[in-house]
Amino acid sequence: MPLDLTGRQYADVPYEEKERLFEEVKKDLRYEEYLYGCYECGICVAACPSARFYDFSPRKIAQCVAREDADLFYTLLNDSVWDCSQCFSCDRCPRKNSPGGVITLMREVAVKNGLASAQEALEGYGRVVYKIMATGTQVSPDMLQANAFPDWGPHVNDISDNLDEWRRAIPPETLHTTETSWKVDDKTITELYLIWHMTGVMDMIREIDEGLFMILQDVMEEKLEDEGYDVSFD
Amino acid sequence: MIPHSALFNRAKDREFKVDPKQAPTEDYHDILFQLEKEGEWEVQRVPEPYVEVDNKYGRKKKIPIERTWHHKSCGQCGHIPGYSTSVFWLNRQLGLDYHDPTDQTSCTAWNYYASATSNAAAQAAVAMRNFAAAAETGYFPIIHCATSFGHYKETRQQLIHSPELRRQVKKILEKLGKKLVIPEEIVHYSEWVHAVRDKIAARQTVDMSHVRATIHPACHYHKLIGEDAVYAPEVYGAQRSAIITSTLQALGMDVRDYSTWFDCCGFGFRHILVSRDFSRSFAVQRKIEVMKEEADPDILVTHDTGCVTTLDQSQFAAKAHDKNVGLPVMSDSQIAALAMGAHPYKVLQLHWHSTPNKDFLRKVGIDVEARWAEFEAAVAKIKSGEKSYLTWEDADA
Ligand code: SF4
Ligand code: SF4
Repeated sequence: MPLDLTGRQYADVPYEEKERLFEEVKKDLRYEEYLYGCYECGICVAACPSARFYDFSPRKIAQCVAREDADLFYTLLNDSVWDCSQCFSCDRCPRKNSPGGVITLMREVAVKNGLASAQEALEGYGRVVYKIMATGTQVSPDMLQANAFPDWGPHVNDISDNLDEWRRAIPPETLHTTETSWKVDDKTITELYLIWHMTGVMDMIREIDEGLFMILQDVMEEKLEDEGYDVSFD
Repeated sequence: MIPHSALFNRAKDREFKVDPKQAPTEDYHDILFQLEKEGEWEVQRVPEPYVEVDNKYGRKKKIPIERTWHHKSCGQCGHIPGYSTSVFWLNRQLGLDYHDPTDQTSCTAWNYYASATSNAAAQAAVAMRNFAAAAETGYFPIIHCATSFGHYKETRQQLIHSPELRRQVKKILEKLGKKLVIPEEIVHYSEWVHAVRDKIAARQTVDMSHVRATIHPACHYHKLIGEDAVYAPEVYGAQRSAIITSTLQALGMDVRDYSTWFDCCGFGFRHILVSRDFSRSFAVQRKIEVMKEEADPDILVTHDTGCVTTLDQSQFAAKAHDKNVGLPVMSDSQIAALAMGAHPYKVLQLHWHSTPNKDFLRKVGIDVEARWAEFEAAVAKIKSGEKSYLTWEDADA
């Protein structure tokens, strides 16, 4: 879909709100490392995989934030940043910018503020967030199901049909698991939950997916209580 | 007056020189040790024996050879388990001491780059928790995933420059009963493969001199804090990372160039899970087809979770569009293990891969049917309850 840069679609969003979100991005400690200005040379675009398949441009991102254009920022925040592949090919910028890094910060602000566009971009992604936050590893063997990866070929069926035995037929003892990528200690998981708690990540989850937040909250609070921590995510 | 030499400084007369002064970032070693002196953290030293290699701007990087703590990768262990198994197998065959920990979480960066449901403090705390766990064992971290590797380098950069972030992470680690300790080097496993490539070649039993290969370097390996990637004058004149290519050349393979070498694989983090049309299109049209047309390889070798996944799994659906696909994909650890005689199914676990690789295996003289029958027999013993697991001894039987 062509990217509408006129801003008409967000005309009813107050300018102050757009500015507030932009200020949140600029406040991040990484912002100064990611943006030094922009020559508008387009070298980042030449290296960018997403620019080849979407109406997407890291130059527009860098140019817009360098010019402090809050209106355009808001449009890109909603309609562009989720197309990025986060490959950081654009780090070859001669101005030493990281347009991909700026995009990471913009996405974080979009999630933290529960923007509808972020919720939409992450639709169907909740189970992955659950896996990583609750179990400490992201893509587990039991996620290899033909209905989830129909385009990967018939071996996905073979794997799911033989999952338990094929996992036990891998020599390293840590890899006999099916629900996690490797065996993770209980104590390690508890420590991970404390990290999520102390860094406000669960507040971000609540903004983006209330249902997922509640499931994670149950799992984490119970485990932390078992381990003797009095921690609430409310 | 314009000097005469400037007028006639033609491209062909210019000489490329690796120059540490051109590096976009300061030498992290100095700062790590300075901050240690100031009591900000401890630096875990690279254990002896190590090999010194050059990075992009000619700075030295120490690669530990043993006493390594293996920071595993979610996607490798979960979906391509022969990848990490091959890394461990190589260590065992070379008689090197290593540790495969269970006190390790994912770096969580795949999720972070996909969904942004995290922040700098959480990401740094996850990294430093893993590093503290490694230091407690006395083994030195070696990172299996290029995204973990790149992300940890970014995190190191942020911790170096932000006293506030250091304070925040220190407070979290104190609550966990852990010290703030950072490794002297952040090392990717493929750098270790590069460092021991001559040892691997010395034990090579499978001839690969007639094999044509292309390689794909992971973006998060050589573009994200790219100054800390391995380069060597004998590979592409040190103008591109030597990683993977150096290893394959040591094994005698014919490594061929292609015009989209620098391109991404199309993984996209979020895309590979919920927007795969992009990943498939990019992987096939910008990488696989270009390699096949320009280099006619027998095999594509890469060194990262996302790259093996995308480049391998994207080819099946592309057949429906009559695309020029069918190029087997493996990691450098798998190829190195294969060259040293590892079992293609018990060690390389190639049944977890998508694109057909039997022709390649036959080309290097492997009796595919016999090896698969051996694997099936091992699985049958597990199914019947005669054995609980396939052990390392079984893998080499
Ligand atoms: S971000 Fe960098 S590479 Fe991209 S247009 Fe601006 S100066 Fe050029
Ligand atoms: S990080 Fe995003 S913007 Fe930068 S090159 Fe990759 S896809 Fe393009």
